[in-house]
Amino acid sequence: MQFGGRRKKISTNPQSELYGQHLQFYGQPPLENISLSEFETFAVERLKLLKTVENLGVSHVKVSDQYKGKLESQLKTLNFPYRPDADDKKSQSGPTEYEKRRKDHISHFILRLAYCQTEDLRRWFIQQEVDLFRFRFNDLDPKQQLPFLHKNNLHYDTISSEEKIELKDQLINSSFGFSGIKVMEHEFYKVPFQDALDLVRLRKVYLKQGYAYIPHQDIVTIVLNDFRTRLSKALALTARSLPAVHSDERLQPLLNHLSHAYVGQDYSIQKNVGKISLDQIDSLSGKSFPLCMRQLHQSLRENHHLRHGGRMQYGLFLKGIGLSLEQALQFWKMEFTRGKVDADKFDKAYAYSIRHMFGKEGKRTDYTPYSCMKVILSNPPSQGDHHGCPFRHSDPELLKQKLQVYKVSPSGINQILELVKGMHYQLACQKYFELTHNIEDSSFSLNHPNQYFLESQKLLGGGKDIKREMDAPQRSQENSASKGSAATQEVAANTSQHLAEMTEDLESFFQEA
Amino acid sequence: MPSSDYDPASLPDLLPLYYRRLFPFSQYYRWLSYGGVQKNYFQNREFSFTLKDDIYVRYQSFSTQNELEKEMQKMNPYKIDVGAVYSHRVIFHTLQSFAADICSKCWTLMTIAIRILDRALQDDFGFQHRLWVYSGRRGVHCWVCDEAARKLSVAARSAVTEYLSLVKGGDETIKKVVLTEPIHPFISNSLKVVKEYFSRYALHDQDLMGSKESVEKVLALVPEDILFLQEFKKEKKPEKRWELIEAEALRKQSTAKKGQYFENEIMLQYCYPRLDANVSKGVNHLLKSPFSVHPKTGRISVPINVSELDKFDPFSVPTISLICEELDRPRPGEEKEKVEDAKEKADEKDAIEKRKSRDYKRTSLAKYIKYFDQFLDGMARSWKGERLRNSDLQKEF
Repeated sequence: MQFGGRRKKISTNPQSELYGQHLQFYGQPPLENISLSEFETFAVERLKLLKTVENLGVSHVKVSDQYKGKLESQLKTLNFPYRPDADDKKSQSGPTEYEKRRKDHISHFILRLAYCQTEDLRRWFIQQEVDLFRFRFNDLDPKQQLPFLHKNNLHYDTISSEEKIELKDQLINSSFGFSGIKVMEHEFYKVPFQDALDLVRLRKVYLKQGYAYIPHQDIVTIVLNDFRTRLSKALALTARSLPAVHSDERLQPLLNHLSHAYVGQDYSIQKNVGKISLDQIDSLSGKSFPLCMRQLHQSLRENHHLRHGGRMQYGLFLKGIGLSLEQALQFWKMEFTRGKVDADKFDKAYAYSIRHMFGKEGKRTDYTPYSCMKVILSNPPSQGDHHGCPFRHSDPELLKQKLQVYKVSPSGINQILELVKGMHYQLACQKYFELTHNIEDSSFSLNHPNQYFLESQKLLGGGKDIKREMDAPQRSQENSASKGSAATQEVAANTSQHLAEMTEDLESFFQEA
Repeated sequence: MPSSDYDPASLPDLLPLYYRRLFPFSQYYRWLSYGGVQKNYFQNREFSFTLKDDIYVRYQSFSTQNELEKEMQKMNPYKIDVGAVYSHRVIFHTLQSFAADICSKCWTLMTIAIRILDRALQDDFGFQHRLWVYSGRRGVHCWVCDEAARKLSVAARSAVTEYLSLVKGGDETIKKVVLTEPIHPFISNSLKVVKEYFSRYALHDQDLMGSKESVEKVLALVPEDILFLQEFKKEKKPEKRWELIEAEALRKQSTAKKGQYFENEIMLQYCYPRLDANVSKGVNHLLKSPFSVHPKTGRISVPINVSELDKFDPFSVPTISLICEELDRPRPGEEKEKVEDAKEKADEKDAIEKRKSRDYKRTSLAKYIKYFDQFLDGMARSWKGERLRNSDLQKEF
């Protein structure tokens, strides 16, 4: 009896199959044992990589040479695979290609554990992984792309020239911007229509006998969507196995740290408490506060009052920069009593909510300082309010005036207004940072007002304490590719040595809470 | 000769006869069971019956053909609807259905609709097993019975429906079809069909260019900078008027930067089928069953033989009263049959089948059941191939 043409594969290690190319769909989890330190290194380094992907994605066009160059250099530095044609046949120093691919594989799966927990984390993780995948896929030689897809169950086939000639008119008429010449020059793929629904729905593709004929430029989109869908499903599944993972005491602190790191922590844990004195606040507000907090501080000083929204946003920010409860009470009382509120009323009506912010009263509902996302998206200000994000909520004319008052240059103001027009509010704030600190390129990607403050203080030389606070969770931010080699290399070299130290730091970091 | 005109009041008398002797249960069961490839398919299919006085009974399901038959013969439903396959937890996908509706007067539009959609379902989407069923009054449904269609996700169904939709907008929208370059092959193919029938349908049957009201509506769809109104008003013959429009369109194409397709847009707006999007996209819908009776017209929902589409006349589709009457007509040689029946009593089930087949063959229902049989044979051949493939895979060690 003849069985169908299935040949038995005699490979001992199924994973060596996986590492046949420098990228993969991460369909199979790693099956080996690794040491705890390798676990941590891999995870941290991949996180640095993804942070770089994020930063570059925000500041560069994703297919530009600059983007590619910088990302490639970061991949190289962190010992991730970066060249599609690399192999281990030639001897080289440093990790082998196999080792790099193995690291890529394992680190991806570790980060899944950290990033599957909430919708925000998943979204962020998926976005960066998709961008990384796109970069690597486009790097593949076209001749290698098809076999790669086939290996991953995407049975897309290109059509032959003969078929192209036969279908030329139909292909010209179904894809926008395709002339006869262009049809012959570009590859077309034959894909089951169910895999190209977005194109089918809009009738942007030629259909024949249940297959869609897709030009190369569109196939990348389809492949990326497939990657994204697979990863999204996988993360949902991973989330279900979390309780088991979290019960492992070795892993839990690290995973928590990793998922906080993407946000650069939420600043709910206070460090440097009491290191700032109240009389510094006025000058700090001009130097190191983001515009939203500067604005709130100014309104408070002018009106001796802030409404609830403003008190929350500013009050929690102050807590985040290190004000103690006693200081905060003193600060607000001093200001409010200059206005229409007398001491008694303050104690009765406002003190409670300040103590509440510090977790000293009632149910400890969300008392973490607001991130940029929160400020921009929730509780928009109305008449008489001063909270919110000025780049988002202020009338552009008023914003312009305010920036002029704060002595931002006219060209700088224009740049900011352009970003605001494009709805890039955080980038606008970052530009404000750069202009007020006189630097070309802020090396972080802004997503939290307290982060703004810390970065500013760091830049202005605000002491060792601040630096240490930044170190552990923000190493990933320091090492964006645009910063240059010195810091990166140093940290990379030190990583393995200092991991034990870092882990210790982490544990104490969390215990202080 | 008793009249075979249909009277809804006679349904209570006719239905029992229909379900006992004429309704093609075995073919029906076969259709719903996909030739036995999937286990439990039939058992999980939902039926609903509308009984006399509009009593509506849902969530019926049956384990065997026999059960279904007995229940229908007991209830004598006025209407039968078939729905998605269901289990208690998950609704499975089933046959895909497209419903197109038309104005009550014109069958030509239905013909255009079937030709356009049938071609697209086959040539563009590769669906092989398409059963078009006349609703009994003014609509048609298409049941797509391919395995691939069964597995379509909600998103896929929605995408297919949108691909097939050309006429957009409600009463407030004047211009419902807008064409831009490049003209997709689907649109060109559909236009070919429309053009075949347009003259007959629009110019003759509907007198589009004749009555003042309809002419105004058409002119509302013509671009504003067309300067042929004078000439147009002088021309009285409808065909000549349309020719003027076509000539203008041609002229505009050569002068305009972008192709002006307004004469095509007009033809499509009047002739292109409007799909019932809800039915096409939904999975849990119940749809008029083939061989169901339309209570208002009495006509049987018969399958349409697409290869003989141009010959199909909705007004010659048999009514339940006609076929019951045909059944009762005495035939030559009936005595002989009764004797044969007695001999076959030993093999009861077979005898029943044979008698039933003799029964409906005497009626006008015969050719529709024959066509249904051919359709099922086609499906069976596909499923057979599927079965062989499945069993081969199981053999692999």
